[in-house]
Amino acid sequence: MSVVLEIEDLRTYFDTEGGLVKAVDGVSYTVEEGETLGLVGESGGGKSVTALSGIRLIPTPPGRIVSGRVLYKGQDLLELSLDGMRHIRGRAIGMIFQEPMTSLNPVLSIGRQLTEPLITELGLSKYDANARAHELLASVEISDPERRLAQFPHHFSGGMRQRVMIAMALSCNPAVLIADEPTTALDVTVQAQILELMQRLTEERGGALVIITHNLGVVARYADRVNVMYAGKIVERSSATAVYGDPRHPYTLGLMSSVPRLDLPVTERLVQVDGQPPNLVDLPPGCAFQPRCPYAQEQCLEAVPELMQTVDNHYAACFIADQLGAGAKAGQA
Amino acid sequence: MIQTGVARGTLADAERGTLYRVRRRVTFFARHYPLGFAGGVLLMMMITVAILAPLIAPYDPLGQDIPNKLAAPSSQFWFGADNFGRDVLSRVLYGARISLYVGFASVGLATVVGMLIGVASGYLGGVVDLVIQRVVDMLLGFPGLILAMVMVVAIGASLNNVVFAIAVVFAPRVVRLARSSALSIKEEPYVLAALSIGASHIRIMLRHILPNALAPVFVLATGYLGTAIVVEASLSYLGLGVPPPHASCGNMIFAGSRGTLEAAPWLSVFPGLALAFVVFSFSFLGDALRDAFDPRLRGT
Repeated sequence: MSVVLEIEDLRTYFDTEGGLVKAVDGVSYTVEEGETLGLVGESGGGKSVTALSGIRLIPTPPGRIVSGRVLYKGQDLLELSLDGMRHIRGRAIGMIFQEPMTSLNPVLSIGRQLTEPLITELGLSKYDANARAHELLASVEISDPERRLAQFPHHFSGGMRQRVMIAMALSCNPAVLIADEPTTALDVTVQAQILELMQRLTEERGGALVIITHNLGVVARYADRVNVMYAGKIVERSSATAVYGDPRHPYTLGLMSSVPRLDLPVTERLVQVDGQPPNLVDLPPGCAFQPRCPYAQEQCLEAVPELMQTVDNHYAACFIADQLGAGAKAGQA
Repeated sequence: MIQTGVARGTLADAERGTLYRVRRRVTFFARHYPLGFAGGVLLMMMITVAILAPLIAPYDPLGQDIPNKLAAPSSQFWFGADNFGRDVLSRVLYGARISLYVGFASVGLATVVGMLIGVASGYLGGVVDLVIQRVVDMLLGFPGLILAMVMVVAIGASLNNVVFAIAVVFAPRVVRLARSSALSIKEEPYVLAALSIGASHIRIMLRHILPNALAPVFVLATGYLGTAIVVEASLSYLGLGVPPPHASCGNMIFAGSRGTLEAAPWLSVFPGLALAFVVFSFSFLGDALRDAFDPRLRGT
């Protein structure tokens, strides 16, 4: 498998009235062809900002990308001209957003919105664009595309709008599709349909899919590999099965134990991660998770742990990652 | 047509064709805003009359008929005749043409230019916004009529200069409104979504922001149509508008008020009534449209 998108030491900071917010602080990860990558973490962890930085849609000011490289097939997107970047968006990297209810322009018909990038970006004729829009709607399993193309967003339900958004994001055939909380606003049965659809389309097209979510269930079911983010940094990275079966970072461990489990007695209280997510303007010294960490030690206050390999292809940014794995297993036994 | 409650859904409407939908909307508007609807109907009539003025007018509006000068209203001259024996009815009909032309042209110009500048100002922000807004502040600092007068004096009195002057008065207000809409619309997710599939800023402004900012500006513009006509009449009354001998309500009222008001009041009264008629119609329609478009007032 080859690497399509490589993000290296990306730092995106925001100048706010309260001070400098390091929303993304030294994040590196790769997206490989054909894989589904999960980006997990709680709100404000820097997941969306990482994705938006990749296609340079960070509102500037107050945001700015301080350092790092975003390599798409070997080309650094951060060094492209604004016009060059515009052609990367949609074609190389497509994006799906959280709010399907408001991600479509209410005054333009679905057909208009779907064919427009085809005509302006890919240079299709109006007739061809229409035919392609037809295909796209059919591929996202919207019935009666003919009639649907003439309708407006308010005729569509949330799930259908998200299907349209997927069709739109795929219209210029991007190599990487980034889905930022694609199912948060949808109800559970529709969530599953949308995710299955995205996965099927990714497999058929041979592209890569990046799912940004706070929903651990979604990641477990659909992702091949997972990056866990906390306070602008990746704290754990591994295959989905390893992250779930053998979490090596106390934060991941905390997240796992806070999810209700069907195989344990219901009388037990859920374990919570104590405290609040850190104030990004005023991060605690040392490891950002240290004030909430049940395993915090002296050294956690003094130095920031690096992302290091613990076992095969399993990385964690914790000083005691090696012991954690064993401890978790002992606890389960 | 008999309908069940279920059949009234929007989907059913969509299948019935455009004519049906337009008819239903008009019926709805007439039922809920009778005054506004009446204003609309009157306006339609006046526009028709103004367009057909050459066919309807009994006399040439500029044709002098000295023996009949200052003739009182009669079956021969319905609105009387002025001090050159010109038929007041014919002059009012032609005057209405000019008034409506000035109204639509000036507000249309102000709306188009104001929308483009306002959307650009709100969307681009930064220095562009700052400069545009200071110019707008400056223009809004003048009372409308004074500004229009200054403009006409500076560029000379002619029909199209009057249109331009009135547009300069209204454009800053349109800019403000369009800018405030653009500020909120540019934060909408569909703008980000459009950017993410590679849309350019020009495209975003013209395709996504502008159409969504249209409704409030449209309502404002309808309200300004009446005002624009009054401003034109005021300018003409002051001799800064449409130059004589062409008829406009303003210069007719002025001509009638010069020494002949007591002897021949019809010279001023009829153009005045026509003017009031037009302006009232526009205000009623404008108010009703504003209420219909404003969801907070809907149904009250």
